[in-house]
Amino acid sequence: MVDQVAPSVGECTVDVLEYLGLEVVFVKDQTCCGQPAFNSGFRSEAFPVAKRFVELFESVEGPIVVPSGSCAAMVRNFYKDLFRGDSDLIQRSSRLSGRLYEFTEFISKFFGTQAINGNLKTTATYHKCCHLLREIGVDEQPVEMLATIEGLELKPLERADVCCGFGGSFSVKMPDISSAILDEKLDFIEATEAAAVVAADIGCVFQMQGGLRRRGSEIQVIHIAEALSRAVGGHAKTRHAR
Amino acid sequence: MKPITANFRTKAAETLEDQQIQQSIEHVYTGFFKGRLNAAADTNNWEELRTKGKAIKDHTIANLDYYLSQLADNVEKNGGNVFFADDAEEARQHIIDIAHKRNIKTVIKSKSMVSEEMGLAEAMNKEGFETIETDLGEYIIQLANETPYHLIAPAVHKSRSDVAKLLDDNFSDSEPIPDATELTMMAREKLRGVFARADMSVTGANFAVAESGSIALVTNEGNGRMSTTVPRVHVAVMGLEKIVPSIQDLSTMLRILIRSATGQRISTYVTMVNGKRTVDEEEGPEEFHLVIMNNGRLKLLEDEHSREALNCIRCGACLNACPVYRKVGGHAYGWVYPGPIGAIVSPVLTGLKDANNLPNASSLCGACHDACPVKINIPRMLLELRYRTAEGSTDPQERTSSAKERGVWKAWRMGMMGRSRFDLGARLVATALRPFTRKGWLKKAPPPISGWTSTRDFPAVASKSLRSRLSNRLRRVK
Repeated sequence: MVDQVAPSVGECTVDVLEYLGLEVVFVKDQTCCGQPAFNSGFRSEAFPVAKRFVELFESVEGPIVVPSGSCAAMVRNFYKDLFRGDSDLIQRSSRLSGRLYEFTEFISKFFGTQAINGNLKTTATYHKCCHLLREIGVDEQPVEMLATIEGLELKPLERADVCCGFGGSFSVKMPDISSAILDEKLDFIEATEAAAVVAADIGCVFQMQGGLRRRGSEIQVIHIAEALSRAVGGHAKTRHAR
Repeated sequence: MKPITANFRTKAAETLEDQQIQQSIEHVYTGFFKGRLNAAADTNNWEELRTKGKAIKDHTIANLDYYLSQLADNVEKNGGNVFFADDAEEARQHIIDIAHKRNIKTVIKSKSMVSEEMGLAEAMNKEGFETIETDLGEYIIQLANETPYHLIAPAVHKSRSDVAKLLDDNFSDSEPIPDATELTMMAREKLRGVFARADMSVTGANFAVAESGSIALVTNEGNGRMSTTVPRVHVAVMGLEKIVPSIQDLSTMLRILIRSATGQRISTYVTMVNGKRTVDEEEGPEEFHLVIMNNGRLKLLEDEHSREALNCIRCGACLNACPVYRKVGGHAYGWVYPGPIGAIVSPVLTGLKDANNLPNASSLCGACHDACPVKINIPRMLLELRYRTAEGSTDPQERTSSAKERGVWKAWRMGMMGRSRFDLGARLVATALRPFTRKGWLKKAPPPISGWTSTRDFPAVASKSLRSRLSNRLRRVK
């Protein structure tokens, strides 16, 4: 999704990693980790895609940074179900999982939440994406990272840890339920009177932005990599600038 | 109770439109959910307690045969009778037979989800026994001729004026009553008369203790205690998984159950029953019967990917945490157990074919897993059931995915198996959607995206992929 629909999120991820002094390489043949098919129950379709992911990424060394808690959770927590019965792939994917991190998890773990000292003049609130929070276990760290940014006024969000209703294919299969959950989220967002919402998973970003646009709201939903990149004056042209 | 799980979508849509229910059901979050968080924080070792609770249940379920026979032996030693019912029909008939033999006229019930599985109150009323629910919420539901909306708060969807109207319609001698306390007093007055004349009670069992042959009942209204002491015959019904080995285990389980259910440190009443009255006791029933029901639970036990569902202690915490339950309500799930736990239990107990919407009605947010006092990994089990409906079930009747859906995922897979196909696929989608695209967003799109655009704008495919945007910037590998 980042690669084809929100490439700026990927670029901003690179910006921030480079700001931290890292050399970033891009595995150029990468496509998808297999989660969409797996979550829809089509494991036989997800299997070869996931296997391909493992093969591609085990051919490079060093930590693997993913700007999505959901994709990270797929590899770390659900590959063992997808690869059930294939002990070789279970072993290989578990080794891979040991060096795979979600973006904010990676930064807070190796650099600390105060490592990014930028400047961004806006008011924002932070939504806690479900898989990052509950599958990966990253809770307040992104808030601490945002709090370090100068000029950024953070507004607390009521029920920040409640789902936005995205849920991948759920959002298309059961749009009325997905939207009812979203509406509650958007009401709480609007009540903060923030100019922007920051979230760490692109699916949730689009769910909330899509709903806000339909409401005619001006509030921008920003991926946390975009917020941090803007704050440190990264190269990326972000979605909202286009 | 006859499952109507196939109606999920229509029932959910109805509830989404019902402003009164949407408002009433908020209480499960503001009241129960927040109450649980506070009560859990109050223990200082909540995570430890959850781990302990899970270990107790894992151990018990792994040795279910042993503990069930120990329980049965001890109940009999205490002078009670034990009946193993294979299904709801058998259980119901057994209880009706007891009532006939003992010449029973009035049966009082305290809240029990297992008795809902049996459709017991309805069946007993049909048999000519006056059968009355004594839990206030259940009483309201019985008057309304509905099924419970929530595991611990059966009438949570009813507003105060709904309840006033129900009481008014059923007991025409009264004026409409606006005040909650007065409503409760009125129901209490009606129920006291019933308690006094009841000659048989049917209760559930929050837990049965194998080592002592006792059952534990958790209530806030005292109706459980009245039910187990006043009538001359007491029948307790339980699912075969509601068992703990020892009194010590019971104390752990009660701590996590009550906090998870209502946010209380302890309920107003915790009633322990060792069976019928002994010779030197002045009160208590003359007879005690324990009915232990299977009704599909052994199917859960046999299936390694569903077994964990037997750890459930029916606290309702997963319902309170679930954003989907809080919107679609309890009746949408179409059987006794609503919410996340219902979505994994109903398909196995009542048939996945009709219940195929239940595992899909989830954003997989994981709030249920977080809330569960015995850490049941509900999202993982939902994914397992989705796999079965999509392609994995060995029973072709259960594989309910459409050819179109299978085609979409096959095409998806083909597109993901090589980078140039991936880019080409994205270009094709971009081209197909271009006529609908304005400034990077779509207001309307053809299927399957139309579901999304019915309520939200959809983002367009970017003009350049990440790979090409990074091509001059980074060292690339493979």
